[in-house]
Amino acid sequence: MELTKEQQQILDGEKGDTLAKIMKTLVMYGETFGAEKMVPVTSKMGHLVTSFGLGVMKPVYELMDKLIADGAVSSQKFSVDPRPLDKNVPSDPIKNLVFKKFMYSAQESYDKQLEKLGLLNKNAYTCTCYLDEIGNTPEKGEVLSWAESSAVVYANSVLGARCNRNSGIIELFGSIVGYVPYFGLLTDEGRKATWVVEVKTSKTPEAQVLGSAIGMKVMEDVPYVKGLSEMIGTELNDENRAYLKDFGAATASNGAVGLYHIAGLTPEAKEQGESLIAENAKTYVIDDAELERVKNGYPVMWKDKNAVPKLCFIGCPHLTLAQLKEWTEKISAGLAAKGLKKVKVPTVLTAAPDVAEEFSKLPDAARLKATGAVLSYICPLMYMNNPLAGKMPVITNSNKLRTYTTARYYTSDEILRIITGGAAK
Amino acid sequence: MKTFKGRAVVPGTAEATALVSHGGFNTLASYQKSLMFGDKTGKCGDQNNPDLFGKPMAGTALCLPQTIGSTTGGMVLYCAHAMERSPACLLFSNHIDSLAAAGAILADVWTDRRLPTVDCLGEEFIKTVKTGDRIKVYEDGTVEIL
Repeated sequence: MELTKEQQQILDGEKGDTLAKIMKTLVMYGETFGAEKMVPVTSKMGHLVTSFGLGVMKPVYELMDKLIADGAVSSQKFSVDPRPLDKNVPSDPIKNLVFKKFMYSAQESYDKQLEKLGLLNKNAYTCTCYLDEIGNTPEKGEVLSWAESSAVVYANSVLGARCNRNSGIIELFGSIVGYVPYFGLLTDEGRKATWVVEVKTSKTPEAQVLGSAIGMKVMEDVPYVKGLSEMIGTELNDENRAYLKDFGAATASNGAVGLYHIAGLTPEAKEQGESLIAENAKTYVIDDAELERVKNGYPVMWKDKNAVPKLCFIGCPHLTLAQLKEWTEKISAGLAAKGLKKVKVPTVLTAAPDVAEEFSKLPDAARLKATGAVLSYICPLMYMNNPLAGKMPVITNSNKLRTYTTARYYTSDEILRIITGGAAK
Repeated sequence: MKTFKGRAVVPGTAEATALVSHGGFNTLASYQKSLMFGDKTGKCGDQNNPDLFGKPMAGTALCLPQTIGSTTGGMVLYCAHAMERSPACLLFSNHIDSLAAAGAILADVWTDRRLPTVDCLGEEFIKTVKTGDRIKVYEDGTVEIL
């Protein structure tokens, strides 16, 4: 790799051993992918994936301490994934003990480390940092040093920014030195689609199942999706942005997709059309039967497959303000139709602290509260990591949560029926 | 004995028993439980990976096409290595992905022990190698199934 004079000086240790090791890590990382140069990080802010202070992950926190002690902190402010704990989420004394004493015992000290390293503010804990309310929204063409698979795929695909699927720690290293190796999704070539996905369903597919099907099929490749903008629109708006947020998270967690193009909708597909499709691209046709096949293939990890659900999570990734309003309306109407006042399954809707704050100013907040559903900033994934929570029959409409935990997947309509007192089907 | 030649992403030598994942290896899903609850054998917790679910991963020659899933992947692998619960070596049939590369390189630069990592071993390698085979890895990326 050819380095600039400044980059070489950092690598040679002229700015200290720690920065030299950081640069060495990034150079090795880039060379593995054939990068020939490092390019400046041009976004205003970074985003980190690691938000949890797991007591046992000492090596990570020792590394953070070393960075802070040696002054190797981020040169840009950053947001970070959601917090793992929130007292508003239904729990019990034993679970709380496990959470605080055994699992997330390093949370307070890690939060302090994040502040020292460059955390934007105390509210900046969310996987949806790109929403207007949070303000970490990159411009088209900007180069990012981010991690969090759902945020990276959104920034690349919906915003047209450029970011590789960086790992935790690597993203922080890029923000510290201000450079990232130039390869993969940063390059025009790497953004070409090697799969054409033809959506031929009878109605708008469930975002989370469509994303899952594509992720499992294309793995880390770039898909060019045809037939979807006819159903979700040819101009980006609040509704289809939320759809793409959920769709993308499923492609990234059920596979390893870092960028997708939606024909006629996402910025690069609109500009470049089918010239984005690489030669010899493979084709994947998705119809109703294929979506059903994928959905029926999800393993149910509950011990008792007929157990009554004890908790429901809606919002992985975190919900947008519009989604919060929509769920409030749906839950209220669903309960009213059955003559019920409160949800039949304890239900947690999750959103960024800044989004929740905006929501709390609306009349919808009181309506949601009246249904008994809880609004939280928690990361449902981190909650489910508690083995006691893992043994509970938890339901969700998130394919990411299903993939990483024992939570059982249902479509949004099925979830609504269950929590408002009906059967799944 | 069968020999395969790949690219040494992190050069090193190792001899270990193969553990083979035919699907993508989800690092967070595979490791989160064992890291969290002191399981030194590193039992795989990924319910979606029928090849590995419930099997100990520490000290094995982990053979896989690529890693998938959460971008905590590299950090989790680094942590597993620093806590001596990582595989003895990582053997990829495909080109290594960005998360696994990050983990192997972080382990190399920031710990005292290497995590020998070879990629581009080819489709034939993952079709041939079986869980339980003895594997020998050389500095130059040569992998022998003994």
